[in-house]
Amino acid sequence: MRLVWAALVGIVVAVAASAMAGEIPLGERRSGYDFMSRETRAMQDDDTANPGMLWVLEGESLWGRKVGAAGRACADCHGDARGSMKGVAARHPAFDAGTGRPVNLEQRINLCRVDRQQAPRLAWEGRDLLALTAYVARQSRGMPINGVVDQRMQAFLDAGRATFYRRQGQLNLACSQCHDDHWGRRLAGNVIPQGHPTGYPLYRLEWQGLGSLQRRLRNCMVGTRAEPYEYGGPDFVDLEVFLMWRARGMTIDSPAVRP
Amino acid sequence: MDRRAFLRTAGAGLGLVSIVAVRPAGATPERMRDAIRKVVGSSAVTPGRVKLELPPLSENGHAVPLTVSVESPMTEADHVRALHVFTEINPLPDVAAFRFTPRSGRARVSTRVRLANTQTVVAIGELSDGSFWSDRATVVVTLAACLEGPL
Amino acid sequence: MARALINVPAQAKRGEIIEIKTLISHVMETGHRRTETGAPIARDIIRQFVCTYNGAEVFRAELHPAIAANPFLVFSTVATESGTLTFTWTGDNAFSVTESAAITVS
Repeated sequence: MRLVWAALVGIVVAVAASAMAGEIPLGERRSGYDFMSRETRAMQDDDTANPGMLWVLEGESLWGRKVGAAGRACADCHGDARGSMKGVAARHPAFDAGTGRPVNLEQRINLCRVDRQQAPRLAWEGRDLLALTAYVARQSRGMPINGVVDQRMQAFLDAGRATFYRRQGQLNLACSQCHDDHWGRRLAGNVIPQGHPTGYPLYRLEWQGLGSLQRRLRNCMVGTRAEPYEYGGPDFVDLEVFLMWRARGMTIDSPAVRP
Repeated sequence: MDRRAFLRTAGAGLGLVSIVAVRPAGATPERMRDAIRKVVGSSAVTPGRVKLELPPLSENGHAVPLTVSVESPMTEADHVRALHVFTEINPLPDVAAFRFTPRSGRARVSTRVRLANTQTVVAIGELSDGSFWSDRATVVVTLAACLEGPL
Repeated sequence: MARALINVPAQAKRGEIIEIKTLISHVMETGHRRTETGAPIARDIIRQFVCTYNGAEVFRAELHPAIAANPFLVFSTVATESGTLTFTWTGDNAFSVTESAAITVS
Protein backbone atom coordinates (compact mmCIF):
# COMPACT_ATOMS: atom_id res chain seq x y z
CA MET A 1 0.00 0.00 0.00
CA ARG A 2 2.87 2.33 0.93
CA LEU A 3 4.59 1.55 -2.37
CA VAL A 4 1.51 2.50 -4.36
CA TRP A 5 1.14 5.74 -2.38
CA ALA A 6 4.80 6.63 -2.94
CA ALA A 7 4.44 5.98 -6.64
CA LEU A 8 1.31 8.16 -6.80
CA VAL A 9 3.07 10.96 -4.98
CA GLY A 10 5.98 10.57 -7.32
CA ILE A 11 3.75 10.84 -10.36
CA VAL A 12 1.87 13.83 -8.96
CA VAL A 13 5.12 15.58 -8.22
CA ALA A 14 6.39 14.86 -11.70
CA VAL A 15 3.22 16.13 -13.36
CA ALA A 16 3.09 19.29 -11.25
CA ALA A 17 6.72 20.04 -11.99
CA SER A 18 6.26 19.65 -15.72
CA ALA A 19 4.07 22.74 -15.75
CA MET A 20 7.27 24.88 -15.53
CA ALA A 21 7.29 27.82 -17.87
CA GLY A 22 9.62 27.51 -20.86
CA GLU A 23 10.03 23.73 -20.76
CA ILE A 24 9.92 22.07 -24.16
CA PRO A 25 6.55 20.31 -24.59
CA LEU A 26 6.97 16.55 -24.41
CA GLY A 27 5.82 16.16 -28.00
CA GLU A 28 8.51 18.53 -29.31
CA ARG A 29 11.49 16.92 -27.62
CA ARG A 30 14.27 15.88 -29.96
CA SER A 31 17.57 14.11 -29.39
CA GLY A 32 20.78 15.82 -30.47
CA TYR A 33 20.91 13.04 -33.06
CA ASP A 34 18.11 14.72 -34.99
CA PHE A 35 20.11 17.93 -35.38
CA MET A 36 23.21 16.28 -36.82
CA SER A 37 24.24 15.93 -40.42
CA ARG A 38 23.45 12.73 -42.28
CA GLU A 39 27.14 11.78 -42.26
CA THR A 40 27.52 12.12 -38.47
CA ARG A 41 24.33 10.14 -37.93
CA ALA A 42 25.72 7.39 -40.17
CA MET A 43 28.88 7.34 -38.05
CA GLN A 44 26.80 6.76 -34.92
CA ASP A 45 24.51 4.16 -36.46
CA ASP A 46 27.29 1.85 -37.63
CA ASP A 47 28.93 0.01 -34.72
CA THR A 48 31.87 -0.79 -36.99
CA ALA A 49 32.42 2.92 -37.75
CA ASN A 50 31.46 4.48 -34.40
CA PRO A 51 34.70 5.39 -32.58
CA GLY A 52 32.83 5.20 -29.25
CA MET A 53 32.73 1.44 -29.71
CA LEU A 54 36.51 1.33 -29.19
CA TRP A 55 35.88 2.44 -25.60
CA VAL A 56 33.00 -0.02 -25.24
CA LEU A 57 35.39 -2.82 -26.30
CA GLU A 58 37.94 -1.69 -23.73
CA GLY A 59 35.22 -1.54 -21.10
CA GLU A 60 34.23 -5.08 -21.93
CA SER A 61 37.75 -6.27 -21.25
CA LEU A 62 38.01 -4.21 -18.03
CA TRP A 63 34.70 -5.72 -16.88
CA GLY A 64 36.36 -9.12 -16.63
CA ARG A 65 39.60 -8.00 -15.06
CA LYS A 66 40.24 -8.80 -11.38
CA VAL A 67 41.43 -5.73 -9.48
CA GLY A 68 42.04 -4.40 -6.00
CA ALA A 69 42.79 -5.97 -2.67
CA ALA A 70 39.63 -8.03 -3.04
CA GLY A 71 40.89 -9.45 -6.33
CA ARG A 72 37.42 -9.13 -7.84
CA ALA A 73 36.24 -8.32 -11.34
CA CYS A 74 32.96 -6.56 -12.08
CA ALA A 75 31.91 -9.82 -13.70
CA ASP A 76 32.40 -11.75 -10.46
CA CYS A 77 29.42 -9.97 -8.87
CA HIS A 78 27.48 -8.78 -11.89
CA GLY A 79 27.99 -11.62 -14.31
CA ASP A 80 27.28 -10.85 -17.94
CA ALA A 81 26.78 -7.09 -18.27
CA ARG A 82 24.49 -7.56 -21.23
CA GLY A 83 21.90 -8.80 -18.78
CA SER A 84 22.80 -7.34 -15.43
CA MET A 85 23.53 -3.79 -16.63
CA LYS A 86 20.45 -3.45 -18.82
CA GLY A 87 18.61 -0.30 -17.78
CA VAL A 88 21.24 0.90 -15.32
CA ALA A 89 22.34 3.94 -17.35
CA ALA A 90 18.67 4.77 -18.00
CA ARG A 91 18.03 5.23 -14.29
CA HIS A 92 21.16 7.04 -13.19
CA PRO A 93 21.81 9.37 -11.40
CA ALA A 94 20.13 7.33 -8.68
CA PHE A 95 19.82 7.82 -4.95
CA ASP A 96 22.60 6.25 -2.93
CA ALA A 97 21.58 5.54 0.66
CA GLY A 98 25.18 5.46 1.84
CA THR A 99 25.96 9.04 0.84
CA GLY A 100 22.37 10.30 1.17
CA ARG A 101 22.71 11.89 -2.26
CA PRO A 102 22.18 10.98 -5.90
CA VAL A 103 25.18 9.46 -7.63
CA ASN A 104 25.75 9.32 -11.37
CA LEU A 105 26.95 6.25 -13.25
CA GLU A 106 30.63 7.17 -12.93
CA GLN A 107 30.28 7.64 -9.19
CA ARG A 108 28.40 4.35 -8.89
CA ILE A 109 31.24 2.56 -10.65
CA ASN A 110 33.76 4.17 -8.32
CA LEU A 111 31.68 3.25 -5.26
CA CYS A 112 31.90 -0.37 -6.39
CA ARG A 113 35.64 -0.01 -7.03
CA VAL A 114 36.32 1.30 -3.55
CA ASP A 115 33.77 -0.65 -1.49
CA ARG A 116 33.57 -4.01 -3.29
CA GLN A 117 36.86 -4.34 -5.13
CA GLN A 118 38.97 -2.43 -2.60
CA ALA A 119 40.66 -0.71 -5.48
CA PRO A 120 41.46 2.97 -5.84
CA ARG A 121 38.89 5.26 -7.48
CA LEU A 122 39.24 5.75 -11.20
CA ALA A 123 40.07 9.29 -12.28
CA TRP A 124 37.36 11.47 -13.83
CA GLU A 125 37.65 11.48 -17.62
CA GLY A 126 40.38 8.84 -17.38
CA ARG A 127 40.39 6.16 -20.05
CA ASP A 128 39.37 3.30 -17.72
CA LEU A 129 36.41 5.10 -16.19
CA LEU A 130 35.22 6.23 -19.62
CA ALA A 131 35.58 2.70 -20.98
CA LEU A 132 33.61 1.11 -18.13
CA THR A 133 30.93 3.81 -18.27
CA ALA A 134 30.65 3.40 -22.03
CA TYR A 135 30.35 -0.37 -21.70
CA VAL A 136 27.64 -0.12 -19.03
CA ALA A 137 25.76 2.65 -20.83
CA ARG A 138 25.84 0.65 -24.06
CA GLN A 139 23.74 -2.02 -22.32
CA SER A 140 20.89 0.50 -22.00
CA ARG A 141 20.88 1.42 -25.67
CA GLY A 142 17.35 1.53 -27.01
CA MET A 143 15.77 1.85 -23.57
CA PRO A 144 13.75 4.84 -22.39
CA ILE A 145 15.18 7.17 -19.75
CA ASN A 146 13.43 6.57 -16.45
CA GLY A 147 10.89 9.26 -15.56
CA VAL A 148 9.66 8.25 -12.14
CA VAL A 149 11.04 10.55 -9.48
CA ASP A 150 12.28 8.84 -6.33
CA GLN A 151 10.89 11.00 -3.51
CA ARG A 152 14.31 11.11 -1.90
CA MET A 153 15.67 12.74 -5.07
CA GLN A 154 13.14 15.59 -5.19
CA ALA A 155 15.30 18.19 -3.44
CA PHE A 156 18.24 17.44 -5.71
CA LEU A 157 16.04 17.54 -8.81
CA ASP A 158 14.81 20.97 -7.72
CA ALA A 159 18.38 22.15 -7.17
CA GLY A 160 19.34 20.92 -10.63
CA ARG A 161 16.33 22.66 -12.15
CA ALA A 162 17.29 25.90 -10.42
CA THR A 163 20.78 25.61 -11.93
CA PHE A 164 19.34 25.05 -15.38
CA TYR A 165 17.26 28.21 -15.22
CA ARG A 166 19.82 30.38 -13.44
CA ARG A 167 21.83 32.95 -15.37
CA GLN A 168 25.56 32.44 -14.92
CA GLY A 169 28.92 33.65 -16.04
CA GLN A 170 30.19 36.68 -17.89
CA LEU A 171 27.65 36.21 -20.65
CA ASN A 172 24.94 35.98 -17.99
CA LEU A 173 23.24 33.12 -19.78
CA ALA A 174 21.09 30.35 -18.37
CA CYS A 175 21.10 26.88 -19.96
CA SER A 176 17.41 27.34 -20.70
CA GLN A 177 18.01 30.38 -22.88
CA CYS A 178 19.80 28.34 -25.53
CA HIS A 179 18.38 24.89 -24.97
CA ASP A 180 14.73 25.67 -24.14
CA ASP A 181 14.22 28.98 -25.96
CA HIS A 182 16.54 28.80 -28.99
CA TRP A 183 17.03 25.13 -29.80
CA GLY A 184 17.01 24.54 -33.53
CA ARG A 185 18.65 27.89 -34.28
CA ARG A 186 22.34 28.21 -35.12
CA LEU A 187 25.35 29.13 -33.03
CA ALA A 188 28.74 29.35 -34.73
CA GLY A 189 27.56 27.26 -37.66
CA ASN A 190 26.17 24.41 -35.58
CA VAL A 191 22.53 23.88 -34.69
CA ILE A 192 21.70 24.37 -31.00
CA PRO A 193 20.35 21.07 -29.66
CA GLN A 194 17.86 20.76 -26.82
CA GLY A 195 20.60 19.40 -24.56
CA HIS A 196 19.26 15.97 -23.64
CA PRO A 197 21.85 13.52 -22.26
CA THR A 198 20.61 10.51 -24.19
CA GLY A 199 23.93 9.32 -25.58
CA TYR A 200 26.58 9.67 -22.90
CA PRO A 201 29.42 8.98 -22.69
CA LEU A 202 29.77 10.06 -26.27
CA TYR A 203 32.37 10.57 -28.98
CA ARG A 204 32.51 14.26 -29.67
CA LEU A 205 34.19 15.07 -32.99
CA GLU A 206 35.46 18.30 -31.43
CA TRP A 207 37.25 16.31 -28.70
CA GLN A 208 38.44 13.62 -31.13
CA GLY A 209 37.66 11.30 -28.24
CA LEU A 210 35.02 9.98 -25.90
CA GLY A 211 33.87 12.10 -22.96
CA SER A 212 31.32 12.28 -20.19
CA LEU A 213 28.26 14.48 -19.77
CA GLN A 214 30.12 16.54 -17.21
CA ARG A 215 32.92 17.21 -19.66
CA ARG A 216 30.35 18.49 -22.16
CA LEU A 217 28.68 20.62 -19.50
CA ARG A 218 32.05 22.11 -18.62
CA ASN A 219 32.42 23.04 -22.32
CA CYS A 220 29.05 24.81 -22.15
CA MET A 221 30.11 26.70 -19.06
CA VAL A 222 33.41 27.74 -20.57
CA GLY A 223 31.43 28.79 -23.63
CA THR A 224 29.26 31.10 -21.53
CA ARG A 225 32.33 32.29 -19.63
CA ALA A 226 31.16 30.78 -16.38
CA GLU A 227 33.42 29.03 -13.90
CA PRO A 228 32.89 25.29 -14.57
CA TYR A 229 31.79 23.18 -11.63
CA GLU A 230 34.08 20.49 -10.23
CA TYR A 231 33.79 16.98 -11.61
CA GLY A 232 31.49 14.93 -9.43
CA GLY A 233 30.47 17.94 -7.37
CA PRO A 234 26.86 18.34 -6.20
CA ASP A 235 26.21 21.17 -8.67
CA PHE A 236 26.89 18.84 -11.58
CA VAL A 237 25.20 15.75 -10.24
CA ASP A 238 22.04 17.67 -9.31
CA LEU A 239 22.02 19.16 -12.81
CA GLU A 240 22.41 15.65 -14.26
CA VAL A 241 19.41 14.53 -12.20
CA PHE A 242 17.37 17.36 -13.69
CA LEU A 243 18.61 16.81 -17.25
CA MET A 244 17.75 13.13 -17.14
CA TRP A 245 14.30 13.97 -15.75
CA ARG A 246 13.88 16.57 -18.51
CA ALA A 247 14.73 13.86 -21.03
CA ARG A 248 12.41 11.25 -19.42
CA GLY A 249 11.02 8.78 -21.89
CA MET A 250 13.62 9.57 -24.54
CA THR A 251 15.73 6.72 -25.86
CA ILE A 252 19.29 6.05 -24.71
CA ASP A 253 21.64 5.91 -27.72
CA SER A 254 25.02 5.46 -26.05
CA PRO A 255 27.75 5.63 -27.18
CA ALA A 256 26.55 8.51 -29.33
CA VAL A 257 28.56 10.60 -31.81
CA ARG A 258 28.14 14.37 -31.77
CA PRO A 259 29.90 17.22 -33.62
CA MET B 1 71.90 41.14 -49.85
CA ASP B 2 68.44 39.85 -48.93
CA ARG B 3 66.64 41.14 -45.85
CA ARG B 4 67.16 38.07 -43.70
CA ALA B 5 70.90 38.00 -44.32
CA PHE B 6 71.08 41.72 -43.53
CA LEU B 7 69.32 41.22 -40.19
CA ARG B 8 71.67 38.37 -39.32
CA THR B 9 74.81 40.39 -39.93
CA ALA B 10 73.37 43.52 -38.35
CA GLY B 11 72.37 41.57 -35.26
CA ALA B 12 75.71 39.85 -35.05
CA GLY B 13 77.44 43.18 -35.33
CA LEU B 14 75.48 44.56 -32.39
CA GLY B 15 76.10 41.42 -30.38
CA LEU B 16 72.40 40.61 -30.56
CA VAL B 17 70.84 37.34 -31.53
CA SER B 18 68.42 38.11 -34.30
CA ILE B 19 65.11 36.40 -33.83
CA VAL B 20 63.17 36.03 -36.98
CA ALA B 21 59.64 34.84 -36.39
CA VAL B 22 58.92 32.14 -38.95
CA ARG B 23 55.30 31.12 -39.25
CA PRO B 24 54.82 27.54 -40.50
CA ALA B 25 54.32 27.83 -44.22
CA GLY B 26 51.09 25.84 -44.36
CA ALA B 27 49.65 24.33 -47.45
CA THR B 28 48.73 26.60 -50.29
CA PRO B 29 47.51 25.78 -53.77
CA GLU B 30 51.16 25.96 -54.88
CA ARG B 31 52.33 23.45 -52.27
CA MET B 32 49.48 21.17 -53.22
CA ARG B 33 50.51 21.40 -56.86
CA ASP B 34 54.08 20.50 -55.87
CA ALA B 35 52.88 17.54 -53.84
CA ILE B 36 50.82 16.34 -56.79
CA ARG B 37 53.77 16.81 -59.13
CA LYS B 38 55.85 14.57 -56.85
CA VAL B 39 53.35 11.81 -57.53
CA VAL B 40 52.64 12.32 -61.23
CA GLY B 41 56.03 13.59 -62.35
CA SER B 42 55.76 15.23 -65.76
CA SER B 43 52.69 13.23 -66.81
CA ALA B 44 49.46 14.96 -67.63
CA VAL B 45 46.53 14.70 -65.23
CA THR B 46 43.10 14.49 -66.83
CA PRO B 47 40.00 15.41 -64.86
CA GLY B 48 37.64 12.44 -64.80
CA ARG B 49 37.32 8.75 -63.94
CA VAL B 50 38.09 9.43 -60.27
CA LYS B 51 35.12 10.05 -58.00
CA LEU B 52 35.78 11.98 -54.80
CA GLU B 53 32.85 12.02 -52.37
CA LEU B 54 32.78 14.51 -49.51
CA PRO B 55 29.86 16.21 -47.78
CA PRO B 56 29.44 19.76 -49.11
CA LEU B 57 29.04 21.01 -45.54
CA SER B 58 30.84 19.49 -42.56
CA GLU B 59 29.81 20.12 -38.97
CA ASN B 60 33.29 19.61 -37.67
CA GLY B 61 36.62 19.66 -39.46
CA HIS B 62 38.10 16.99 -37.20
CA ALA B 63 36.38 14.07 -38.89
CA VAL B 64 35.00 14.55 -42.38
CA PRO B 65 33.92 11.32 -44.12
CA LEU B 66 35.62 10.84 -47.48
CA THR B 67 35.20 8.20 -50.16
CA VAL B 68 37.38 8.00 -53.25
CA SER B 69 36.90 5.51 -56.08
CA VAL B 70 37.51 4.66 -59.71
CA GLU B 71 35.29 2.41 -61.78
CA SER B 72 37.75 -0.23 -62.97
CA PRO B 73 37.66 -3.93 -63.86
CA MET B 74 40.68 -4.34 -61.53
CA THR B 75 42.23 -7.02 -63.72
CA GLU B 76 45.93 -7.58 -64.15
CA ALA B 77 45.75 -5.76 -67.46
CA ASP B 78 43.55 -2.87 -66.36
CA HIS B 79 43.47 -1.76 -62.75
CA VAL B 80 44.03 1.20 -60.46
CA ARG B 81 47.48 1.28 -58.91
CA ALA B 82 46.87 4.04 -56.40
CA LEU B 83 44.58 6.83 -55.27
CA HIS B 84 46.16 9.91 -53.72
CA VAL B 85 44.34 12.61 -51.75
CA PHE B 86 45.54 16.19 -51.26
CA THR B 87 44.26 19.35 -49.58
CA GLU B 88 44.75 23.00 -50.42
CA ILE B 89 44.73 24.63 -47.00
CA ASN B 90 45.74 22.07 -44.35
CA PRO B 91 49.23 22.57 -42.85
CA LEU B 92 50.45 19.75 -45.10
CA PRO B 93 49.10 19.03 -48.59
CA ASP B 94 49.24 15.20 -48.42
CA VAL B 95 46.32 13.36 -46.85
CA ALA B 96 46.80 9.72 -47.86
CA ALA B 97 47.88 7.35 -50.59
CA PHE B 98 45.91 4.16 -51.12
CA ARG B 99 47.61 1.36 -53.08
CA PHE B 100 45.63 -1.39 -54.76
CA THR B 101 46.30 -4.68 -56.50
CA PRO B 102 43.99 -6.63 -58.82
CA ARG B 103 43.16 -8.61 -55.67
CA SER B 104 41.55 -5.49 -54.22
CA GLY B 105 38.45 -6.21 -56.26
CA ARG B 106 37.30 -2.60 -56.19
CA ALA B 107 39.27 0.63 -56.27
CA ARG B 108 37.25 2.28 -53.55
CA VAL B 109 38.26 3.50 -50.09
CA SER B 110 36.38 5.30 -47.36
CA THR B 111 37.98 7.06 -44.44
CA ARG B 112 37.65 10.17 -42.30
CA VAL B 113 39.90 13.18 -42.77
CA ARG B 114 40.72 16.41 -41.00
CA LEU B 115 40.07 19.63 -42.87
CA ALA B 116 41.50 22.79 -41.35
CA ASN B 117 38.99 25.10 -42.97
CA THR B 118 36.65 25.45 -45.90
CA GLN B 119 38.70 24.25 -48.89
CA THR B 120 39.09 22.11 -51.97
CA VAL B 121 40.24 18.51 -51.75
CA VAL B 122 41.84 16.84 -54.76
CA ALA B 123 42.10 13.13 -55.56
CA ILE B 124 44.56 11.74 -58.13
CA GLY B 125 44.12 8.27 -59.57
CA GLU B 126 47.07 6.36 -61.01
CA LEU B 127 46.11 3.59 -63.44
CA SER B 128 48.06 0.52 -64.52
CA ASP B 129 48.58 2.03 -67.99
CA GLY B 130 50.49 4.89 -66.38
CA SER B 131 47.76 7.50 -66.88
CA PHE B 132 46.66 9.95 -64.18
CA TRP B 133 43.14 11.17 -63.56
CA SER B 134 41.64 13.54 -61.01
CA ASP B 135 38.57 14.81 -59.24
CA ARG B 136 38.08 17.65 -56.79
CA ALA B 137 35.47 18.61 -54.20
CA THR B 138 34.92 21.66 -52.04
CA VAL B 139 33.87 21.31 -48.40
CA VAL B 140 32.51 24.10 -46.22
CA VAL B 141 33.79 23.46 -42.70
CA THR B 142 31.94 24.91 -39.72
CA LEU B 143 33.21 25.26 -36.19
CA ALA B 144 31.72 23.77 -33.06
CA ALA B 145 30.21 26.15 -30.54
CA CYS B 146 30.92 25.89 -26.81
CA LEU B 147 34.52 24.77 -27.01
CA GLU B 148 36.66 23.38 -24.24
CA GLY B 149 39.26 25.91 -23.32
CA PRO B 150 41.92 24.59 -20.94
CA LEU B 151 40.64 21.43 -19.24
CA MET C 1 46.20 -0.10 -25.05
CA ALA C 2 45.61 -0.30 -28.78
CA ARG C 3 42.14 -1.53 -29.65
CA ALA C 4 41.03 -2.34 -33.14
CA LEU C 5 37.58 -3.07 -34.45
CA ILE C 6 37.55 -5.13 -37.62
CA ASN C 7 34.52 -6.04 -39.65
CA VAL C 8 35.08 -8.85 -42.13
CA PRO C 9 32.48 -11.34 -43.31
CA ALA C 10 33.27 -14.76 -41.87
CA GLN C 11 32.13 -16.48 -45.06
CA ALA C 12 32.13 -15.58 -48.73
CA LYS C 13 31.68 -17.15 -52.15
CA ARG C 14 34.75 -17.60 -54.32
CA GLY C 15 35.22 -14.55 -56.50
CA GLU C 16 32.94 -12.37 -54.39
CA ILE C 17 34.23 -8.87 -53.59
CA ILE C 18 34.04 -8.40 -49.83
CA GLU C 19 34.12 -5.11 -47.96
CA ILE C 20 36.38 -4.79 -44.94
CA LYS C 21 35.99 -2.08 -42.32
CA THR C 22 38.71 -1.28 -39.80
CA LEU C 23 38.76 1.15 -36.89
CA ILE C 24 41.75 1.52 -34.60
CA SER C 25 42.23 3.53 -31.44
CA HIS C 26 44.96 6.14 -32.06
CA VAL C 27 45.23 9.82 -31.25
CA MET C 28 46.86 10.73 -34.62
CA GLU C 29 48.66 13.71 -33.07
CA THR C 30 49.34 15.97 -36.03
CA GLY C 31 52.53 17.63 -34.88
CA HIS C 32 51.02 21.06 -35.56
CA ARG C 33 49.49 21.57 -32.13
CA ARG C 34 51.13 23.40 -29.24
CA THR C 35 50.67 23.23 -25.48
CA GLU C 36 49.22 26.14 -23.52
CA THR C 37 52.72 27.47 -22.98
CA GLY C 38 53.53 27.27 -26.70
CA ALA C 39 55.72 24.16 -26.71
CA PRO C 40 55.16 22.01 -29.80
CA ILE C 41 53.45 18.65 -29.36
CA ALA C 42 55.39 16.07 -31.36
CA ARG C 43 53.75 14.23 -34.23
CA ASP C 44 52.51 10.77 -33.33
CA ILE C 45 50.56 9.12 -36.10
CA ILE C 46 49.93 5.80 -37.77
CA ARG C 47 51.84 6.05 -41.03
CA GLN C 48 51.02 2.80 -42.75
CA PHE C 49 48.29 0.20 -42.93
CA VAL C 50 48.71 -3.09 -44.80
CA CYS C 51 46.21 -5.87 -45.39
CA THR C 52 47.46 -9.28 -46.47
CA TYR C 53 45.44 -12.30 -47.51
CA ASN C 54 47.22 -15.60 -46.80
CA GLY C 55 50.43 -13.63 -46.90
CA ALA C 56 49.84 -11.71 -50.14
CA GLU C 57 49.36 -7.95 -49.91
CA VAL C 58 45.94 -6.88 -51.19
CA PHE C 59 45.71 -3.30 -49.95
CA ARG C 60 48.00 -0.66 -48.46
CA ALA C 61 47.44 2.85 -47.16
CA GLU C 62 49.99 5.54 -46.39
CA LEU C 63 48.54 7.93 -43.86
CA HIS C 64 49.42 11.52 -43.03
CA PRO C 65 48.35 13.76 -40.11
CA ALA C 66 45.24 14.77 -42.05
CA ILE C 67 43.69 11.38 -41.35
CA ALA C 68 41.24 11.80 -38.46
CA ALA C 69 41.93 10.41 -34.97
CA ASN C 70 40.96 6.78 -34.45
CA PRO C 71 41.58 5.99 -38.13
CA PHE C 72 38.74 4.40 -40.00
CA LEU C 73 39.39 2.58 -43.29
CA VAL C 74 36.97 0.75 -45.55
CA PHE C 75 38.36 -1.16 -48.52
CA SER C 76 37.72 -4.33 -50.51
CA THR C 77 39.32 -7.56 -51.51
CA VAL C 78 38.31 -10.53 -53.64
CA ALA C 79 37.46 -13.68 -51.69
CA THR C 80 39.80 -16.14 -53.40
CA GLU C 81 40.38 -18.93 -50.85
CA SER C 82 39.82 -19.75 -47.22
CA GLY C 83 42.45 -18.50 -44.86
CA THR C 84 43.57 -15.53 -42.86
CA LEU C 85 43.35 -11.83 -43.44
CA THR C 86 46.01 -9.95 -41.53
CA PHE C 87 45.90 -6.23 -40.75
CA THR C 88 48.99 -4.34 -39.67
CA TRP C 89 49.18 -0.72 -38.56
CA THR C 90 52.61 0.87 -38.03
CA GLY C 91 53.62 4.38 -37.16
CA ASP C 92 55.60 6.83 -35.07
CA ASN C 93 57.16 5.83 -31.76
CA ALA C 94 57.48 2.20 -32.89
CA PHE C 95 53.71 1.84 -33.02
CA SER C 96 52.82 -1.58 -34.38
CA VAL C 97 49.53 -3.47 -34.12
CA THR C 98 48.60 -6.63 -35.99
CA GLU C 99 45.17 -8.23 -35.99
CA SER C 100 43.84 -11.18 -37.96
CA ALA C 101 40.52 -12.53 -39.08
CA ALA C 102 39.70 -15.92 -40.53
CA ILE C 103 37.61 -16.25 -43.65
CA THR C 104 35.93 -19.30 -45.14
CA VAL C 105 35.53 -19.21 -48.90
CA SER C 106 33.30 -21.77 -50.58
